Formats: sequence, C-alpha cells, structure tokens
Amino acid sequence: MEETGVGIVGWIPLLPLLGFLLLISVPLVSDRELPEKATAIIGVGSVGLAALLTGLLAATHFAGNAGATLAVSLWQWLSVGGLQLGFDFYLDWLTLVMLSVVTGVGFLIHLYSAGYMRGDSGYRRYFAYLNLFVCAMLLLVLADNLVLLYLGWEGVGLCSYLLIGFWYRDPANGAAARKAFIVTRIGDTAMAIGLFLLFNEFATLNIRELIGALSSAQPNDATITLAALLLLGGAVGKSAQLPLQTWLPDAMAGPTPVSALIHAATMVTAGVYLIARMHPLFVLSETAMSAVAIVGALTLLLAGCSALVQSDIKRVLAYSTISQIGYMFLALGVGAWSGAIFHLITHAFFKALLFLVAGSVILSLHHEQDIFRMGGLRRKIPFTFICFLIGCACLAALPFTSGFYSKDQILLSAWNFHRGFNGIWLAGVVGALITGLYSFRLLLLVFFGREGSASAHCEDANRPVMTLPLVALAVLALLGGLLAPPLQSVFGAAGGHAPMWVEAIAIAAPFVGIAIACWLCLYRRTPEKAPSTLYKLWYSGWGFDRLYDTLLVRPFVALARLNRNDIVDRFYSGTAAASRQLHGLISLSQNGQVRWYMATLAVGTILFLALLVAL
Amino acid sequence: MMLSITLPAIIAVLFLGGILAWLAERWKDGASRWVALLSLLLASILLAGYWPQFTDASRVGLWWDSLQLSWIPRFGITFFLALDGLGFLLLALTLSMGLFGLAATWRDIDFRRGFFYFNYLWTLAGVVGVFTAMDLFLFFFFWEVMLVPMLFLIAIWGYEQRLYAAIKFFIFTQASSLLMLIAIVALVFLHYNASGQVTFNYRELLAAELSPTAGYWLMLGFFIAFAVKLPALPLHPWLPDAHTQAPTAGSILLAAILLKTGAYGLLRFTLPLFPEASIAFAPVAMAIGAVSVVYGAVMAFAQRDMKRLVAYSSVSHMGFVLLGLYALNTIAIQGAVMQMIAHGLSTAALFALVGALQQRLHSRDMDELGGLWAGLPKLSAVALFFAVASLGLPGLGNFIAEFLVLVGSFDSGRWVTVVAAIGLIGAALYALLMMQRVFFGEAKKINTDGLLRDLNGRETVALLALAVGLVFLGLRPQGVFDTAEPAVAGALQRIDSALAEKSRDAVPLATSNAHSTEARWPHSNPEGGISP
Repeated sequence: MEETGVGIVGWIPLLPLLGFLLLISVPLVSDRELPEKATAIIGVGSVGLAALLTGLLAATHFAGNAGATLAVSLWQWLSVGGLQLGFDFYLDWLTLVMLSVVTGVGFLIHLYSAGYMRGDSGYRRYFAYLNLFVCAMLLLVLADNLVLLYLGWEGVGLCSYLLIGFWYRDPANGAAARKAFIVTRIGDTAMAIGLFLLFNEFATLNIRELIGALSSAQPNDATITLAALLLLGGAVGKSAQLPLQTWLPDAMAGPTPVSALIHAATMVTAGVYLIARMHPLFVLSETAMSAVAIVGALTLLLAGCSALVQSDIKRVLAYSTISQIGYMFLALGVGAWSGAIFHLITHAFFKALLFLVAGSVILSLHHEQDIFRMGGLRRKIPFTFICFLIGCACLAALPFTSGFYSKDQILLSAWNFHRGFNGIWLAGVVGALITGLYSFRLLLLVFFGREGSASAHCEDANRPVMTLPLVALAVLALLGGLLAPPLQSVFGAAGGHAPMWVEAIAIAAPFVGIAIACWLCLYRRTPEKAPSTLYKLWYSGWGFDRLYDTLLVRPFVALARLNRNDIVDRFYSGTAAASRQLHGLISLSQNGQVRWYMATLAVGTILFLALLVAL
Repeated sequence: MMLSITLPAIIAVLFLGGILAWLAERWKDGASRWVALLSLLLASILLAGYWPQFTDASRVGLWWDSLQLSWIPRFGITFFLALDGLGFLLLALTLSMGLFGLAATWRDIDFRRGFFYFNYLWTLAGVVGVFTAMDLFLFFFFWEVMLVPMLFLIAIWGYEQRLYAAIKFFIFTQASSLLMLIAIVALVFLHYNASGQVTFNYRELLAAELSPTAGYWLMLGFFIAFAVKLPALPLHPWLPDAHTQAPTAGSILLAAILLKTGAYGLLRFTLPLFPEASIAFAPVAMAIGAVSVVYGAVMAFAQRDMKRLVAYSSVSHMGFVLLGLYALNTIAIQGAVMQMIAHGLSTAALFALVGALQQRLHSRDMDELGGLWAGLPKLSAVALFFAVASLGLPGLGNFIAEFLVLVGSFDSGRWVTVVAAIGLIGAALYALLMMQRVFFGEAKKINTDGLLRDLNGRETVALLALAVGLVFLGLRPQGVFDTAEPAVAGALQRIDSALAEKSRDAVPLATSNAHSTEARWPHSNPEGGISP
C-alpha cells in the first residue's frame, strides 16, 4: 500500500548511517579531532531523530490499527537466475516493536554514553561504531528478505566486535572481541546454510513469500526440520544460548554502555526476533520447537547458576542476560511468540537500566568491578541505588514490575503448552527462583552490608546527561508491563489459564530466591572459604571454555602451525631436490677421464648388443 | 556503433607506452611513471568508448565488438579480437587495477624505473590480449606475453627471495601452459581430422566433435593450465612465494588481475569447448574449489608474514571461483564472476596496505608489528575495511560473490558447499587475527621512531576509490550481472545442450542435435571488422 510516511521508513536506518559516515570522514577533511560536543550531537542526534521518526511512524500508521503493515521497496538488490532480492523493508507490529526498542533504548544509551565516555581519546570512533550498530540493527529488523536480514545480522556482529575491542591496547579485549565474532560466525554459517537450503526448497528468500509457501508444506518434513534447526544455529550464536553462549561473558570487555545496548537490549535478542519472524517455519517441525524450548530451558538454568557465583558486577549481569534470553527461547519453543517478544521488550528496559547503573557504579568507584570490594553503597549514591533496586525488582519479576507480566505470561504458556505439569515449566519456575537469588545477591553485596575496600573512595559520577536516561529507563522498567503490544496480527491469539496454585508458585518463586539471598548475604556473610568444586564449575560457566579450548581451538591452532610451511609445497621442493640429486649423480659420470668414458662406452655397447640378441 | 579498432588500439597503447616509458626514463628521471600513467589513462579512455554498450539495457547479442585479421592463413591462425560483457568487465578491472597499482606505488621504485614500467605495461597489455583474443593461437601468444614481464618484475624489484620466487613462478606457469599448448594443438588437429579444416578460431573450434576420452584429456590440459593460474589446490605453491616476494605493484597485478585470467580461461574456454568432459569433471573441480577455500584460510591463519597471509587468503577466495564455475548454474557462475572483480579490488587494496607498511616500517613480520592504530589511524581504519571485506561482510562485493557461489553450488553439491561455507569461519579467523597482530594491542618498539606518517592524499584517494567500489558492488551489483549475463548464458547453453544430449543418449529417442549457440558468435570476417 502506498501511503504517505513511507519515505520516513527509509530515513530511520539512514540517519544513523549518515551519522556514522559523517563521523568517520572527519580525518579526511581535517587533521584536528572533532570536539566532543559536536561528536555527541551527531552521534546522539542521529539516533534521536531515528527514534522520533519511529514514533511518528507509529502514530501515523500503526496507532489504533492492530493489523497494520507497511512495505517499502528501495531498490532491486539483485536478480540472478531465479534469485530475486530487493532492498526492501516490511513493517508489521513485530517490526515496529523492535524498531521502537532499538531506536528508543538505543537513543537513551547513546545519551548516557555522551557522558560516560567523556574524555576518552576514541570518543568519535566510539560514536561512529555505535551509530553503525544502530543502522545495522535497524536493517536486521526491517528486512523483507532473509539475505537483507543477514546483512544486518553480520553488521551488528561486526560492530559488536569493534566495540568489545574498543580499548584495543589491551590484547585481552582483542581476544574477547575475536571470540565474540568467531563464535557467532559459527552460528551465522549454520544460518547461511539454512538459507541455502530454504532457497533450494522454496526458490525464494523473501520472508513473506517463504511464509506463504510454508502454508502448504508438509509438517515435520525432514528438510523443514533441518532448515529450522540451522536457523536455530544462527539464533543460538547471536543470542548466546547453549552451546554457543561462551562469548557473551567475555564480551563485557567493552565499554559498559555497549554492554547495555548490544549485549543486553538489542543485538543478543536478534535470535529471538529471527525465530519469532520465522515462526511459521518452526511450528511445522515438532523437533525444532522442542529443540528451541530445551535450549532455552537448559540455558536459563545453567547461566542462572553461573550468575550466582560471579564476582564481577558485569559478569553477573552478562550471565543473567544469557539466562533471560533463555526464557525467551523457552517461550518461543512453547509457541508463546507474543510472550517471548514481550519479555524481549521488558528485558531491554530493565537490563539496559541495570547495565547503565552498573556503569555508574563502576565509574563512581574508579573502575572497580569486583562486587566483593563494594558494599554499603546505598547511602553514598542513593539515586544510583534506587535505579538499581528498580532494575533488580524487574529482573526478579516482582509483582507489578514489567518483568513480572512478561515472565508470568511465559510460565503460563509453558504450563498450557504441555497441558499441565512438565519439565519446561519446572525449569522456568526454578529459573525464577535462581533469578531472584542472584539479582538480590548482587543488590545486597553492592549496596548493603559492610563497606568494601573500594567503597571508601566512592563519589557519585553521574553527570546530568547520564541521569536522564536512567530515570527514563527506570520508569519504563517499572511501567513497561502496561505496554504489551498488539501482536495477535503477527502471531495469532494466545491465551489460556492455569490453576491458581500454579500461578501462586510462579509468583512465590522469586520471593523464595530473595529470601535465600538475604539469608546468605546479610546474615551469613562469612569470610571466603576455599571454593568448592561446584562453585568453581559454575564460576567458569560450566567449563565450556575449557572444553572448546581443548577440543577445538588448540588442535586447530596446532595443526595450522604444524603446516605453516605448506605440506603441498614440500612435494614440489622434494621434486626439485630429487632432480638436483639426480643431476649430481649423472654429472658424476662426466668426470673428464677418458678411461671412464671408454669403459662406459664399452659396457653400453655390450648391453645394447645383448638386448638385440635377446630380442 | 562499432569501434572495431579500439581493441587492438588499447593493446597497442600499452605496448607502445611500455617502450616509451623505457625510453623516457633515459631522457628524464621519473618520466617513465608519467608515461605509464598517460598510456593507462589513454587505454581507459579507449575502453570507455564501450560505455554506451555497457549502459544500454536493451543490447542484444553477445558481442559488443570484434576484429578479425588474417595472420598465418596456412595454419588457419587469425588475429581475432572480440569483446563481450565479460571481457569488458575484466578489461575495466585490468585497467583500473593497473592505475591503482601505479598510484599506490608511485614513489616505490627507485632503480631501473624505465624498465620497471616497461614490464608493468607489457604485463597489462598481455592481460588485455588474453581477455580479448578469440583465436587460440593468439590467446596462447598473449598468455605468454603477460608472464615474461611479470617474471622480471618479481626477479628484479622483488624482496629478499625474489629469484627463488621468480623461478618458481616461471616453472609452474610454463609447465602448465605447455600442457595447454599441447591441448590446443591436439584440439586443432582433431578438429582438422574430423572436418578437414585447419583453424585456431575459437568459434569454429566450438563445433569440434570430440570423442569423450579425447575431450576429457584435452579438457584436463586446459584445466590444469588455468588451475595453476587460479590457483587451485594442489597447484598453488608458486603463489605465496610470488605474491610475497614481488614488489607491491607486482603483487597487485598478480592478485587483482593475473589470477583472474585463470578463472576467465575456465569460463571462456574450458567449459564451452569441452562441455561433456566438464560435466563429468565438475564434482572433482567443485571439491578442489571447496578444499582450496578451507585450506587457504587455514594456511593464511598460520602465517607470520603479513603479505603471505594475504597471499594465502587469495587461494581461499579463488577457491570460491572454482567452486562457482563448476557448479554449472547461473547463480553460482555469476557469483564467480563477481568474486573475480570483488577479490581483485579487496586484495589489491590489502597488498597496497602491506606495501605501505613495509615502506614505512621495513617489516612484514606480524610478530614485530602491533599497535599501529594509535600511530596510523587512517591506514588502520582503511585496513580494517578491507580486512572486513575479505572476510565477506554483507554489504560489500565479496559477500555478494561468495553468497551467490554458495547458493548456486548448494544445488549441485550439498556437502561440498557446506565445506566451502566453513571457509567463512576461516576467513574471519585470519582476517581478525591480522587486524589484532598488526593494528591492535600495545604499540611495539619498532613503531615508535616518530617518523611514522599516515596515508598521504594519493594513497587515501586510491584506497578509498576501491572501498567505494566494493560498497557499490555490494549494494548495486546488478549492473555486473546484466553485463556478464550473455557470456555466462552462452557457456551454460553449451553445458545444457551437452546434458540434454547425454539424457537423449540414455533414452534412445534422439533426433537432431543442432547447436543453437552458433548464432550468438560473431561472423568471422577475414577482412576485419564487423559483427552483427
């Protein structure tokens, strides 16, 4: 449908792209560095304008119209032998929700960054990368075909790499960045193969055409299952789910606002978006659906346990992110598409808030991240404390916070999906308990109890430009539960009820966790004992890093090093050496002594004659 | 309008420019590079004469231009040049990379300049000839012409082990082109036996009826010659040495252009001349391509020498070309064509960057480099761009190429494609490791002498032009596909009719078998001149 406002859509990703281009082209025109203020205006302004345009779009096209869609065709990308790809955008409510989260939360985090990164020598580079990230993420959610989606998908991966390794002088940051890129690329390659398979099967990669073709496909067909599993491979890589979750905790090497934007609110939820977008494919395969649910359930439990024992404030939040995305996968696996997306939204609010607050804490303590050196901070930085409290309450899904509504919906769907008690639901409930436990353990260790060694030097580092995003996110995190978007037009209606006691358990679970946390942290805060084996296992993220290192990384590197001089080349240099030897051997016969020549001549003649006679 | 003398004029401008450059250097120091620049510009202007054909969406027929002159009538050898869309793309690549190589290394050569630019232009002239010759004898002639000056470029102006590398390069290419020569002569001879007519004309040889065995052996002769050039496993060992030891401008020519002659030869000659044999051989060739992709990536990962890393990455990238060509469908072959161009741009830029570093730091050893970003922000950012292009980031030309190759070849061989797709992970490994070891990390001692200067205007403009080109190829690639389409379709038509024939043999209801491709080729006109 051709309507006014269509032009707006193209500008939404274009603005951050222009911001990026402006920022990187500074060295071409001037040798002087751009002032921080100008950089911030370009970097923050471009995303702010994109957010405004998204709001405008929502108001003009989507408000009050639950079934609204919008298709925008920019140009034909390529058309080769039956493969037609357009640079086309498609918007429905799901897209709009993602657009709003990316530009809205993105804008707030950009604004916060303008204060947080002040004084960094790479200020301009930081905002250039961040703008490029927003552009790529917008392309990802706007894409009308899977290849354009893949473009955004890889683009956000690149920006994630660049921003994790932003402080490039420390090789550890570089290693974390490469790990993130390569681990996700393993998933991406699976996804690419999935695209090849889909094209081979349906002769299109346009999402709507694929969904149309799927409506007449046979359920549980082997090819469809395989394609869904391959896409799931891409999703688990990007969203840091089992077995490709190992990169996310290390990704905390980047600046904290980056962790908030990329590694909590937006990029890592791309896998959830992909599966939700392609849900007609997944529902056709029971195997794929169960796989999604099991991956989600396992991940949320394993990552939750790891979050329980971390000592770095950002790593606790990283494991918590993995665990919360596990909830979203669990929801997807039980067909609760709206629930998954709802949790994606609320999680974006409260996890972005938690990361930004963590950034303020870290800055206030002069770059201290060890929670055992914190403590008692609630009096010193009360504003930060209140924000963190709100974030933790949402994370633990306490009633009337946004996290409560979304998590409740997921647990309800899990119960209903298998018509009663089942393992997936149980995992969700146990996970809720663990979430309450680790979130309040973090809160109590940082803000309550005795002052730690770093707390003495605490001074509030919140600049005004950082306060505003924190307030906005805190409000969103509290009231986001009222924002449940009308996604029925995309996913169909959902609903169902569960017995009272099931609801009660779901509500009670986080409180039990909080109670345990209080008991452990406030009343039993004993000096460190020697850590148990289980503690060490959880602390290391269940030893996955070590496993992959032994099984994959080291053999590969050893093999590559071993063959550094190219075994194939050996064959040729062997040939060369052999002919040189032969040459030496034969040239021995040319020694200038006539009797030798006479003798060989005679022997040769005799042999020749003998040969003649024999024949 | 047909500019039928344009093609020989382009070649002549380069040949004569080479001689003039040599002479000019005796007259004045540094004049040779201006002569080289002017002759390249003149050749580019001549090529730009085909712009109307390039932009004309409604153009019909395969050939844009051709010229055929009698040369050695006794053996049916003619001076037959012709240009089609594929040829135009490759000529455009050749001349623009020639200009880029010149600009990127403007002040690098400090001795025997005249002779350097003589060889530089003669290599280019040979390549232009290779891309336009439609007589197999003439093709072979140009094939040799481009090698010898290249040999001098490596042997005289190269780095530490230049002589070793030059000889290796020469032996590999000479041995393999000998095979091709034998195959050409045998093909002509077999055609003569069947038809009573001696000819080296490509168009007429296409009609040669070969027994399956003969076709297979001749196909192998051509294939090996082109596979060495490409290079494909296990015929690649000349490449790391030649690329690493060649002077920067030579590496650019080698990687951006000379490797493409192998791919071009496969598409123009091997596939259409021997369709049955190519179909039979395709699974092997695809497997070689996929293994090259992975092997090249692993080898690149293991290198210490930055230039050698880039060289091995070429093995990996050209593996995609081989895979795509032998997938024998439009999508994959178009992907291979795109890869020729995109790889030309990205690798030329990477070699220019390594050359720029070598000139500034006198080292290519990545154990000695490190932390350059702080001192050379512009150079590092540009290197980041091309490293990312090399690992196939969507939005850039290399992605379009590799994606199409993989989509197309998935149809022909699933497991082979999966193996090649794993190469995408390998590309990320080596490209990011290179970024880390050279540009990130703590600055090493070698860089702190305060004499570091970032990219100057000339280098920046040259490199940014390639970057823009790659972005354009990544976002608006359709022009390339439309231009290459007739040549790709022509080759595939031969394959398809061979396939049809094969299935007709299986089902004994065969009737006639007319080659419908005939009408697509230009009329051979001994007077010279004009195609339909």
